[in-house]
Amino acid sequence: MSIKKSNVREISYSAAISEALCQAMAADKNVYILGIGVTDYKGIFGTTIEANKRFGRRVIEIPASENAVTGVAIGSAAFGKRPVVVHARNDFMFLTLDQMINTASKWKYMYNGKTRVPIVIRGIIGKGWGQGPTHSQSIQSVFMHFPGINLMMPSTPYDAKGCILTALKLDSPTVILEHRSLYDSTGRVPENMYQIDIKKARSVLQGGDITIVAVSYMVREAMRAAMALKKQGISAEIIDPRVFNPLDEDAIIRSVRKTGRLMVCDTSWVSCGVSSEIAGMIAEKAYDSLKAPVKRIGVKDCPAPVSRTLETIFYPDHRLIFREACGLCGKKADMDLVNDPVIDNFNGPY
Amino acid sequence: MKIQKKDAIALYKKMSLIRHVEETLAGIYPLKEMRTPVHFSIGQEAIASGVCHALKNSDAVFASHRSHAAYLSKGGDLDGMVAEIFGKRTGVAGGRSGSAHLSDNKVNMFSAPILGSYVALACGAALAFKMDKKNNIAAAFFGDAAIEEGVFAESLNFALTKKLPVLFICENNFFSTHIPLNLRQPARPIYKRMAGAGVISARVDGNDAARVFSEASKYIAGIRKGSGPVFLECVTYRYREHVGPNFDFENPYRKRADFDRWIKRCPLACMEKFMLRERYAGADLIRRINEEALGKVRRSIELARKAPWPGHKDLLKDVY
Repeated sequence: MSIKKSNVREISYSAAISEALCQAMAADKNVYILGIGVTDYKGIFGTTIEANKRFGRRVIEIPASENAVTGVAIGSAAFGKRPVVVHARNDFMFLTLDQMINTASKWKYMYNGKTRVPIVIRGIIGKGWGQGPTHSQSIQSVFMHFPGINLMMPSTPYDAKGCILTALKLDSPTVILEHRSLYDSTGRVPENMYQIDIKKARSVLQGGDITIVAVSYMVREAMRAAMALKKQGISAEIIDPRVFNPLDEDAIIRSVRKTGRLMVCDTSWVSCGVSSEIAGMIAEKAYDSLKAPVKRIGVKDCPAPVSRTLETIFYPDHRLIFREACGLCGKKADMDLVNDPVIDNFNGPY
Repeated sequence: MKIQKKDAIALYKKMSLIRHVEETLAGIYPLKEMRTPVHFSIGQEAIASGVCHALKNSDAVFASHRSHAAYLSKGGDLDGMVAEIFGKRTGVAGGRSGSAHLSDNKVNMFSAPILGSYVALACGAALAFKMDKKNNIAAAFFGDAAIEEGVFAESLNFALTKKLPVLFICENNFFSTHIPLNLRQPARPIYKRMAGAGVISARVDGNDAARVFSEASKYIAGIRKGSGPVFLECVTYRYREHVGPNFDFENPYRKRADFDRWIKRCPLACMEKFMLRERYAGADLIRRINEEALGKVRRSIELARKAPWPGHKDLLKDVY
């Protein structure tokens, strides 16, 4: 949809989530929220405080029972409800995989489309601040692998709100992985309720030399890299798929046919991940357009470390994207162009 | 509580239908027309029949892989079930669920073979009923192994904390596949351990449909009035192998003598005796009920055999 600049406020990613939840709950009495900490004073980094204030009976605190509560959400959805389950760290969603994969993803199919389980699962990806091995994973590849689950990863406040409102209108289970590092970022968000087109990737930047597909937080790093690339004479095209299951393959294929080069930047490991899937898809469907090998960028092949020096090496950033993109385009990277300071406005704790 | 004639006859009819369809399907299973794992409930019919007879159509039932008894007891469509196990398009799920996921949304009955996972779904249905102020309950059928899974403990705790209208029905047949109960759980009876967790808990003879029905009726009435969840352990015995049509007494995990002891307490024979003793039915009526059930089963099998197969155009529908 087109937005008139003058009419649209700028709000934060977390405020956009909160607003989406409240609007959805006001519009549909079957929408309810459940999760650990959804009614506490911090309200999942502020995203459930307003909903709890306004619709308290429909914001349900749960015991630490991630697996059963996912089943509860499914069972209630089979009987008309639209639950939103919240996990303050997506790492805890590993405890829910039986219900998500054995039940939710297959429900509509195995019962021949006669009933549906429209559950929405919000999981938040943590990054940095020494959260370490079990609190800063990005578990998207799991939900991209199995058919029957919609997977969304919004990178802007607009999409953060749009994903929730859209997911709450879908028939099938939807996982929304939000990124904690984006929570304070701001952007234009219409006040009204709106949907995103889940069949369409978001074009972030148009360019002709290289296609950069970026996942969630990596869209921001890709944008910073693109500014430096421009100074180096490389015009980057950035695609934010935002919906990864099902994936808008055509948008990526079209772009690669135009640029002839592909880099995929993920917040997770490369192996068997989103970047591998997209690389494989392009190898299969647009190999003849490639002028250079596909480049996959992700975190290093080890669990996330705690120490800040190790974290710095572990996570990919705009510098790495810049250097690798220059390499793919056959140019020597002038690293002075990416010497801008690290953004560090987070004071912890998580 | 002594049950009335109409209830006794209804229970017997349900059990007779379940017994005949399963015996008949087991008999023709070697023909390889049904190519899907089938878990027969033969010997365990009284539990689902007794509990479901105390439920309303709008109540929810969640069950396990040993699903036929709960499916038919809840009023699931027989033709749809048989065609489903045959893998035909006319099956209740168009050949996608087979026996182990047998479900009929028209009667609010769902099943799947991941032991404890659907116990949580029953709690979800109960939560929906409670939020909507409906006077419905959710019943979860599961075997004795399901309570060994973490999700069961989570579900029980959730149901108790939120005081949900759920009836947990543990069909204790003493075996998880081929592993006896004493290798998996402490000796203290299941229902006593559950009572220790704080849930209203009782044990009933799972081969006595009249008794299951009267106990279930009592607890279901309480649940509808707001008692919160109830756990009912129904003790029973499976006649056939874990999965498939055969008897498996030649294998060391169980004893022929146990089977001989349990078959004397066959749920159908038990109900026949009861009906004759109470003069609820004579031998003629009992024969007619069985003939009628067998007739329905044969017709369903004929229909399933003639029914069309699903094909290419069916494969990718309803994924998202």
